[in-house]
Amino acid sequence: MTEVSLLKVQNLRVSYPIHSSILQRRIGENMAVKDVNFTISAGQTVGLVGESGSGKSTVARTIIGLEKADGGRIEFEGRDITQSTRTELKALRRDMQMVFQDPFASLNPRLSVQEIIVEPWLAHPDVVPKNRRASEAKALMDRVGLNPDYASRFPHQFSGGQRQRIGIARALALQPKLIICDEAVSALDVSVQAQVLNLLDDLKQEFNLAYLFISHDLSVIEHICDRVLVLNGGVVVEEGTPRELFENPQDDYTKRLFAAVPVIRPWLNGASSKPAGTIPRY
Amino acid sequence: MTTAPTTSAAPAMTKARRSRWGVHTRTLVPCAIIALIAVGAIFVPVLYGYDPLRVDLADRLKPPGSVLPNGSIAVFGTDQIGSDLFAQMMAGARVSLIIGAATLAIAGVIGVLIGMLAGYYGGWLDTVLMRVADIQLAFPAILLAVLLAAVLGQGVLNVIIVLSISNWVVFARIARSQVLALKDREYVEAARTLGLGNFHIIFRTLLPGSLPPILVVGTVELGHVVLAEAALSFLGVGVPMGTASLGSTIANGVQYLSTAWWISTLPGVLLLLLVLATGVLGDAVRDRLDPRLRSL
Ligand SMILES: Nc1ncnc2c1ncn2[C@@H]1O[C@H](COP(=O)(O)OP(=O)(O)OP(=O)(O)O)[C@@H](O)[C@H]1O
Ligand SMILES: [Mg+2]
Repeated sequence: MTEVSLLKVQNLRVSYPIHSSILQRRIGENMAVKDVNFTISAGQTVGLVGESGSGKSTVARTIIGLEKADGGRIEFEGRDITQSTRTELKALRRDMQMVFQDPFASLNPRLSVQEIIVEPWLAHPDVVPKNRRASEAKALMDRVGLNPDYASRFPHQFSGGQRQRIGIARALALQPKLIICDEAVSALDVSVQAQVLNLLDDLKQEFNLAYLFISHDLSVIEHICDRVLVLNGGVVVEEGTPRELFENPQDDYTKRLFAAVPVIRPWLNGASSKPAGTIPRY
Repeated sequence: MTTAPTTSAAPAMTKARRSRWGVHTRTLVPCAIIALIAVGAIFVPVLYGYDPLRVDLADRLKPPGSVLPNGSIAVFGTDQIGSDLFAQMMAGARVSLIIGAATLAIAGVIGVLIGMLAGYYGGWLDTVLMRVADIQLAFPAILLAVLLAAVLGQGVLNVIIVLSISNWVVFARIARSQVLALKDREYVEAARTLGLGNFHIIFRTLLPGSLPPILVVGTVELGHVVLAEAALSFLGVGVPMGTASLGSTIANGVQYLSTAWWISTLPGVLLLLLVLATGVLGDAVRDRLDPRLRSL
């Protein structure tokens, strides 16, 4: 590959300080991410799986600049962004956006949908001129499958799936090249999940987006990702296409992770009419 | 099972309607009381040509409803120097409301600003500011006010300064706790990932979210401030002689309680009404500002 990759993460290390309870002195640290390496090319979807606490969110938050890296290097389009200043970070926000896990918590309850979608343009006024913001916001709503007539409604008047669409519209507003989705569909039920995943897939084609897609749900990962990273204890233990990983996991941890995929109503698959004492294996 | 949604929706609807109605009454009634007192405070002293320094010994200690020699009716009676109690109460309410509003504005703006900055930036700034607040809070507010008033001397402006100093802490603490509760919310982090600066996040994202409890506290504090001013004036360290105040009127009437009960009692009732109205209003304001109730 001769092209410069969109995002390149090298030896990333992130820790959370542990403070003493009374004097708030720093008494130690909790290594959430120990050594993570990967690259994302333009237009590619990379999945990040791993069990709870393995450091997935920490990787995402560090890339987007919500946490500081303790070591390693993050490059965006060849530029080192690990030690970015505030202004550099702000410029970077245009190219990199995030869709959050909780569609109920990630939208300001006091802003209307339109105000939520317009907010990114307050930080980056040159993206859309003032007089076109209202109509652009409506166009974005339309694009993500929301009725533009609802522009003046508030987040609590929408369902979880609709709210996640609002979050996606907000992320799209700055025309980013990379969108980080941290468990973006985990809070939704299965049919809504599929709709939102389809939307993300359509948008990817349309805007040539790259995704860093974080999920603990392997079936979601399988459908949407070009490549998958398996994270365990802050370290990437395996990497490959979803097919490779599902059919022939190499690492012990990956095997266990995939074996732990819950099967919905396993007894329907034949075995016995009731879930008996033994756990069905697949 | 198809009827279940409609049957379960109906009680929810009536409940929503009832709570909305409740919020309306609980807002309107205290608002009306406060507005009535405010209108009275503005116009009654002018209409009556009230002069706090006029002494009219022939008319002193007249009970409510008495007809005075000049033909007018003293609805609330007269006090120990013969001035009309109703006009005096309204002039007192005028001073109380001015002091209350000014104090709330000063203490509120300063307290909220300090509290939000402390909560948002944390670290040593937070430690220093909140220790100062704690020390002050450990001191009974009215004692602090009396001490300060004794040092600064009497005067309306001094009372405002004194009460602002003893009240900013309440606002600082509530603003800080709100910011602490809100600043790690995903929507605040989302604002940060959009590239919005600290100024925007503090004043346009966190402040509106923190406002409901601040407004509630502010409304309730209005009652407290009016009460504190009355207490200061009652104790003789508040507004100077010659300025009407509910507190000094009550104080003046104390020695006549057995013969002319109205001098202390009626201003006391007015004070109570004002404090109660602000308390109820504060509660209603909270319900009203809850975004989940907004669309009802
Ligand atoms: N704010 C924080 N302060 C201290 N430790 C934290 C903080 N956030 C996360 N951690 C720790 O860092 C580690 C990784 O957490 P992280 O949130 O990245 O996991 P995750 O893979 O996203 O898990 P999940 O699937 O549950 O979201 C965990 O051990 C967690 O306890
Ligand atoms: Mg997580």
